[in-house]
Amino acid sequence: MIEKLREKLGEKIKEINISNKKRIYITIDSKDLKDVIKTIFYEMGARYQIVTGIENFNNFELLYHFSFDKEDGIIVSVKTFIEKERPEIESLIDIIPGISYIEREIWELLGINFIGHTNLKHFLLREDWQEGLYPLRKGVKKDGRT
Amino acid sequence: MEELKKVIVPIGPYHPLLEEPEYFQLFCDGEEVVDVEWIAGYNHRGIEKLAESKHWDQVTFLVERICGICSTSHPFAYCNAVEDLAQIEIPERAKYIRSIIGELERLHSHLLWIGLAGHFLGYNTVFMWAWKYREGILDMFEMITGNRNHYAMFRIGGVRRNIEDEDIPILKKTLSEVEGKIKMLTEAVIDDPVLSARLKGVGILNKEDIKNYGAVGPIARASGVDIDVRKDDPYAAYNLVDWKMITTNNGDVFDKAVVRLLECFESIKIINQSLDRIKGTKGEIWKEVREIPKGEGIGRHEAPRGEVFHYIRSDGRASSPIRHKIRAPSYVNIPTFKASCIGETISDVCIILAGVDPCYCCTERIAVYDKEKKKKVYSFEDLVKKSIEKTEKIKKEIGKESKLWKKLF
Repeated sequence: MIEKLREKLGEKIKEINISNKKRIYITIDSKDLKDVIKTIFYEMGARYQIVTGIENFNNFELLYHFSFDKEDGIIVSVKTFIEKERPEIESLIDIIPGISYIEREIWELLGINFIGHTNLKHFLLREDWQEGLYPLRKGVKKDGRT
Repeated sequence: MEELKKVIVPIGPYHPLLEEPEYFQLFCDGEEVVDVEWIAGYNHRGIEKLAESKHWDQVTFLVERICGICSTSHPFAYCNAVEDLAQIEIPERAKYIRSIIGELERLHSHLLWIGLAGHFLGYNTVFMWAWKYREGILDMFEMITGNRNHYAMFRIGGVRRNIEDEDIPILKKTLSEVEGKIKMLTEAVIDDPVLSARLKGVGILNKEDIKNYGAVGPIARASGVDIDVRKDDPYAAYNLVDWKMITTNNGDVFDKAVVRLLECFESIKIINQSLDRIKGTKGEIWKEVREIPKGEGIGRHEAPRGEVFHYIRSDGRASSPIRHKIRAPSYVNIPTFKASCIGETISDVCIILAGVDPCYCCTERIAVYDKEKKKKVYSFEDLVKKSIEKTEKIKKEIGKESKLWKKLF
C-alpha cells in the first residue's frame, strides 16, 4: 500500500508515518489537497470515512480518513496543516458530496472556513450562536466561556 | 417562479414518529418530494469536548452514554482505538466476550428496528412480535452484565466481567428460543404481500450513492456493497469464528429489512460458537494497562447501524485524550436521504427516513423484588392495577383541584 501511495502521489507526500501496518498517516501540503483526495477517492477506490479537525498549539490540523476495505482494511489518513492567521482551506464538496455536513461542523466548531462550500451555515449550533465563538477550540471552556 | 411552487413540509424537531429530536424539511411539489434538508444539533451534548477533560478510563463510560440502543458500540470502538494507539493485545477470552456482547447488541437493535418499521407502516403485529421476542435478548444481557441497557462491560485491555460456565446453558437455551421466534418473524416479513407492496422499490440507493455519501452498515450491504468491518479489518473474535456477510442487491427498504433479519442468524452463530469456545476454559479477561504513550490511534466497530469510527490522540503526558473524534454510522447514513427521498412521494418518505434506523432509546420497566423472600413483590397484574389507580388519582386531582385544568375547560 505504501508503494502504491508513493507511486500515485509521488512528490506530493511530504511525510509518511506508519503507526502499524493497518494505519498509515500521510502529510501533504494544503494546496495539493484536492488532487490527493481525487486520486485516493476515485483512482484508488477508497471509502470516505470522516474528517477530524484538531487545534494544535500553533496551527490547525485536518485529517481526512479513508478506508481501503478490500485491502486488509487499511486506513489512510491524509494530514494537512493550516495557519492560525488564515484558517481556510478548499471545500471538497464537489468530489465527495457526503463531506458537506462534516465541513459545516468543523466550520462552526473550530472556525475553519471551507472555500467553495455552497451551504456553510450552522448545523449543530443555534442559528443565533455568538459569532467568533468556536466551542471546540482549546481556549474555550466546557461551559462555553473563553 | 419555480421556487414559489415548492411547499415545505416540516418533520420535527419534535415529532411522534422521530425517536429523537431532529428536523427534516421536505420540499414538495404536489405529492412529490423534490429536496430534503436535514438540521440537527438538538441532541448535541459536546461529548468530544467532554472527553478531553476525562481520564482515559472514564471516557469508556462517557462514550457509552452517546447512544442508548447501541451503547456498547462506542466503548468497543474507543477501546479498539486506544489499543491501536498503545499496541495492546487483549487476552483471547476477552475477545470472545467482546464479540458476544457486540452480537447480542446487534440482535436486540435489529429486532427493535424491525418492530419500529412495522409500526411506521401501521403493521403493529410485527411491532409487538419483534419487541416481545427482543425481551429474551435483554434478559441475556441482564444475566451477563447485570444491566439491560448500559452494560459497562468494556475497559481498555479487556472486559470488566466474566461469563461464568454455569450461566452458559441458560444463555444458549434463551438464544435458541429467540432464534425460533426470529425465524418465524423473518418468514412472516419476507412472505407478507402488504410489506412487499409497501417496501419493494422504495427509497432505492445504488452503489454510486453509497460511495458518494460514504454510507455504511446494512444500508451499504442492502445495495450490494460488501463492506463489514468485522470481515475487512477483523478485531475481537470475529476472525476466530465462522460466519458470513449478508448482502442483497436491490437497495430498497425491503432489502434493508431482509439484510437486518438475516444478519440476526449470523449473530446467533457467532454467539453460539463463542460461548462454546469459552466454556470450560479459564483465562484472563483483561490486561493491566498502566500508561498511554504519545501517538494517535483509530478504532472502529461494526455497530448494528454500520461502522463506528473513533480517532484519538495522546500527548503521552496528560491523563486524558487531547483530541477524540467520534463518528457514528448515522452521520454518514442520514445524508443518503438526498439520494433516496428525492422523487418519492411524501407517504413513502416516512419509511425511507426510518429505513436507515436512526437511533432510539426507550427502556422503562419496574420490578420490585424482595431479597429475603426471594420473590417478586408485585405481579404483572398488580402493576397494571397500580397504574390504573394512579391514572384515576391524577384524573381526580386535576379535575377537581387544578386551577389550570379549570381554566382550560
